[in-house]
Amino acid sequence: MLRVYPFFLAAAWVTIQLSIYTTVLGLICGSLGAAARLSRSRILRFVGAAYVSLFRGTPALIQLFILYFGGPQIGIQLDAFEAGVIGLGVNIGAYMTETIRGAIVAVDRGQSEAARTLGLSRSETMRKVILPQAARLMIRPLGVNINALIKGTALVAAISVVELTYTAQRYIGSTYKPFEMFLLAGVIYMVIIYVTGLAISWLDRRARIS
Amino acid sequence: MTDKPFIDIRHAAKSYGALEVLKDISLQVRKGQIVAIIGPSGSGKSTLLRAINDLDPLTKGEVWLEDMQVNKPLPPRQYERHINQMRQQIGMVFQHFNLFPHLTVRGNITLAPKMLKRLTEAEANALAEKQLAHVGMLDRIDYYPSQLSGGQKQRVAIARALAMEPKVMLFDEVTSALDPELVEEVNLTMKKLAEEHMTMIIVTHEMRFAQDVCDRVLFMDQGVVVEEGPPEVIFRNPQHERTKNFLRKHLQGNAQ
Ligand SMILES: Nc1ncnc2c1ncn2[C@@H]1O[C@H](COP(=O)(O)OP(=O)(O)O)[C@@H](O)[C@H]1O
Ligand SMILES: [Mg+2]
Repeated sequence: MLRVYPFFLAAAWVTIQLSIYTTVLGLICGSLGAAARLSRSRILRFVGAAYVSLFRGTPALIQLFILYFGGPQIGIQLDAFEAGVIGLGVNIGAYMTETIRGAIVAVDRGQSEAARTLGLSRSETMRKVILPQAARLMIRPLGVNINALIKGTALVAAISVVELTYTAQRYIGSTYKPFEMFLLAGVIYMVIIYVTGLAISWLDRRARIS
Repeated sequence: MTDKPFIDIRHAAKSYGALEVLKDISLQVRKGQIVAIIGPSGSGKSTLLRAINDLDPLTKGEVWLEDMQVNKPLPPRQYERHINQMRQQIGMVFQHFNLFPHLTVRGNITLAPKMLKRLTEAEANALAEKQLAHVGMLDRIDYYPSQLSGGQKQRVAIARALAMEPKVMLFDEVTSALDPELVEEVNLTMKKLAEEHMTMIIVTHEMRFAQDVCDRVLFMDQGVVVEEGPPEVIFRNPQHERTKNFLRKHLQGNAQ
């Protein structure tokens, strides 16, 4: 049993890296998605809406399979880790699009009216008045997205990324202890999620005070 | 009295679908004049006021400030630049203050001048201090809006608008959301502006204030100006039945 710990630690590191890269990519996709959804251009609004309904309306696992197994057929060659990050990141980005958009539209209309009345342009109003307020509103709901994303990284075991879930499965074969293996993986996920949750609460509190 | 109008609203009309909110309203305001708009709720007072800086665009009609048309028909990009220019010259204060909660009082006041007039930090600070002293709020310069009373918020909102050195100030029921004991401090601030000959259009439900401060009173109902004139006439000797009815309700309890 003891000899599996180093492998689980290495796997936990892979899960953490996956989570970080996916969060970054998700935030990028989410910001672009929200910008598109709120754009004045009808075409961009449509693109944003299509992105959200496509990626929220189909299983993330299918999206991963299409990218990893189907990708080579259309000339996209990715290793499993890359496919995992891109697949999960673009997927969670669709959820983050809605989170970010929701926070922006939740800022009181009077705020942009006051800014526009002073003579600020649309983009100045967005940058100086709306986004600073929306940023505070979106920390917690983005935390929920990130929580889902960390758990979602387990999916990439299915495309053989050697992360926690995959590692647990692999050592069942040699240890014959599925209960312990999955329990161990579960505990490590919990620690990662717990620490992330603390970080998000801290950010949220800080944003509120200042 | 042959002065050219400072603000000139020509045949303003506005509809939301089939609902006509403003029906062919024309209004000229001279420089330094103080106009009160009164009338029942839903009569179109806010819509008219918000048409002046194009916050609620008119369906038909023109708004002029001196020799510039505010709602000039222009292609979108040019219009955006034009309207931002115009709005810098038209201050507006809202019922619910709309202060920026993430900025201090200082930040609220300096934001627009720094961005739009390219003031340095020092110049902007001097401006903020001057405007806050003017509304009696200098000692709160580093507070956040959430730390202020309603009356104080509204005075800061007035200072914020004044910091752009507008030619006109528009007030939309700025004391309606205040506790009664906080109304006076805001009214006094507006009176002070009146004494300095700021051109003002004031939507209000406070008849006494309108009577004391304004040169002219407009009574609006259902999207039209029913009657207008100097306060003595409108309040003492209204001609229209609708005006009389409205005033009967709203002058109760007000000392005459
Ligand atoms: N965005 C809107 N959509 C539809 N109707 C509106 C809108 N804004 C205002 N109205 C209607 O326009 C009329 C005038 O409103 P308003 O100018 O706010 O009146 P007042 O300020 O005199 O109370 C009201 O009947 C109101 O319901
Ligand atoms: Mg109103």
